[in-house]
Amino acid sequence: MKSGSGSLSRYLLVRMLLVVPMMWVVLTVIFFLLRVAPGDPVSAAFGGRLDEDALNVRRAALGLDRPLVVQYLEYLGDVARLDFGNTISDNRPVLDVIRDQGGATLTLTLGAFLFALLIGLPLGRLAGRHRDSGADATIRIFGVVSYAAPIFWVGIMLVLLVVKFFPGWPTYDIASTVTKFTVQPRTHILLVDAFLSGNGAAVTDVLKHHVLPCVTLGLLLSGVIIRLVRINVIQAMKGDYVEAARARGIPERRVVRRHAFRNALVPVITVIGLQVALTLGGAVLTERTFNWPGIGTELIQYINARDYIALQGLVTFFALIVVIVSVLVDILNALVDPRVRY
Amino acid sequence: MRGFLSTIWNTKGLARWILLGGAVVTVVFLVFALFAPWIAPFDFNQTRDASGAKFPKLQSPSSAHWLGTNDQFFDIFSRVVWGARTALEVVVISVLVAALIGLPLGLVSGFVGGWVDRVLVFVMDALYTIPSLLLAIIFAFLLRDALGGSIVAVALALAAIYVPQYYRVVRSTTVSARESTYIEAARAIGAKPTTIIRKYLFGNVVQSVPVIGTLNAADALGTLAALGFLGLGIQPTEASEWGYDLSRALDDAQAGVWWPALWPGLAIILLITALTLVGEGLNETLNPALRRRRLLPVRFPARAAPQDPPEIAETAK
Repeated sequence: MKSGSGSLSRYLLVRMLLVVPMMWVVLTVIFFLLRVAPGDPVSAAFGGRLDEDALNVRRAALGLDRPLVVQYLEYLGDVARLDFGNTISDNRPVLDVIRDQGGATLTLTLGAFLFALLIGLPLGRLAGRHRDSGADATIRIFGVVSYAAPIFWVGIMLVLLVVKFFPGWPTYDIASTVTKFTVQPRTHILLVDAFLSGNGAAVTDVLKHHVLPCVTLGLLLSGVIIRLVRINVIQAMKGDYVEAARARGIPERRVVRRHAFRNALVPVITVIGLQVALTLGGAVLTERTFNWPGIGTELIQYINARDYIALQGLVTFFALIVVIVSVLVDILNALVDPRVRY
Repeated sequence: MRGFLSTIWNTKGLARWILLGGAVVTVVFLVFALFAPWIAPFDFNQTRDASGAKFPKLQSPSSAHWLGTNDQFFDIFSRVVWGARTALEVVVISVLVAALIGLPLGLVSGFVGGWVDRVLVFVMDALYTIPSLLLAIIFAFLLRDALGGSIVAVALALAAIYVPQYYRVVRSTTVSARESTYIEAARAIGAKPTTIIRKYLFGNVVQSVPVIGTLNAADALGTLAALGFLGLGIQPTEASEWGYDLSRALDDAQAGVWWPALWPGLAIILLITALTLVGEGLNETLNPALRRRRLLPVRFPARAAPQDPPEIAETAK
């Protein structure tokens, strides 16, 4: 990008246009990775169970007997129209899988982000303000361990604690069977449906089921947030404007809260956005740990069914989310911080 | 080697203690891995003792089974020790393969430039967009067809996700080194491009590899466990793997049985933390930009013998 003009709208336009080639390369990589592999999708999914003629019928139905280039162009065209194909094993549109299972993944990740921010921001600020104190050391060790501990192990340990000290608290699935049957599906997001139904017991039940998985995934994210907020608060506290605020006689509490912390938050937006890839990976593991009916659980089931198309479609969808969020973050950053758009 | 160690030892502050602590724990796991048959009381897939009596299922830690047994009648302590061997094999293969592919790619791409460079950067950036766990899942899925659920298959799947990292670091170092004076000098005396890459660039670029290598090793361990946990890792008949053991421990945890889950997880955490500390420590002691040299005590020569050579010159080196 040429610098010089420095207008916000131009920056935003270029940033958004860059998505197209980026996405094209991602799609190409995914497509050819899954197609140059030995064996074709149909024999992988049905091999040994159907005879050769039946396999050929299915190959023709999926268009797999055509040249690779044609298939590739068609795949690009489909994705451009947000069509991720139909799964091989149960012939279900991948978009339906995303719609039906996506709600559970969405509430899980949002809850996790909420929890991570709730504990990450204050702890990071505390550690940054009292650098090299005992609290700082403890919080930093927590940060390192939360990075090192496999998320599924943390989940299992939390389950063990809950089973021991709070028997009866739900430790798996998104809702009890009763709730699943009583709540009318409307939006495909169970939590929202429960609210819409106005059934208080159902809402509490779904919320209770969310606690453990969200805390587990949130702990993973909080480590990143703590480290980042701490470093940024330390840097901000060195700034001249902090010194100036102190010189004006503003109490230290207020200096930290209003002057240093606010500025420290700007880079945090970026990095939280960049954590989307980590979060999606973590969500797959968390869902498996808690038997959570989300996209990750479905993905693993399709992989075990050796379903190439489902894998291709779901991974494409995940990559799309990562790309879109990174653009949104850049735009948000440009709006918040004038230094970005030069 | 001596100079390498003294560089580390003469670094200021916490860095060398971090390095030392990490190294000690790593060495313990290395010993586990190398001497697993002698340390582990049983084989990783052994379910009967020498007299042929079957081990009890899910027995809590006892004198016969120090860390208990799991739902498949395996002795957990033996599984943890053998798991160290699996982890070592996978991590060594994957880091080596990733470095062997990423390093030359980065060198050539950074040095040659042009459209090769552009295309490679674009592809590597695209690979970065896909969450690394998903990328590992794709490669594990594909390689399982070709190689089965073997150690090599999983190691290659992990290598695939770290190639872009080596590529990026090596390429950016190469690009900045390419314009430096010593490269220009080499070119001026008529060195061929291959000679420049081999003799001048390689030595300067390769220094960043140990640091990325250890940090990648830590990350690879986590991903290896994640693949095992999702059932896409090493087949349980091939080797003992901590992530797989944790997936078996899921149902037991719902019933409140803690020992099958606790120990493999602790092993993963300890080893990952140790490797991270080694990586950070290496970075802070070897990277001249981050390194702060320790002030050595200066000893003056005794007054009685003023003709002795001063020792300051040596300690200050």
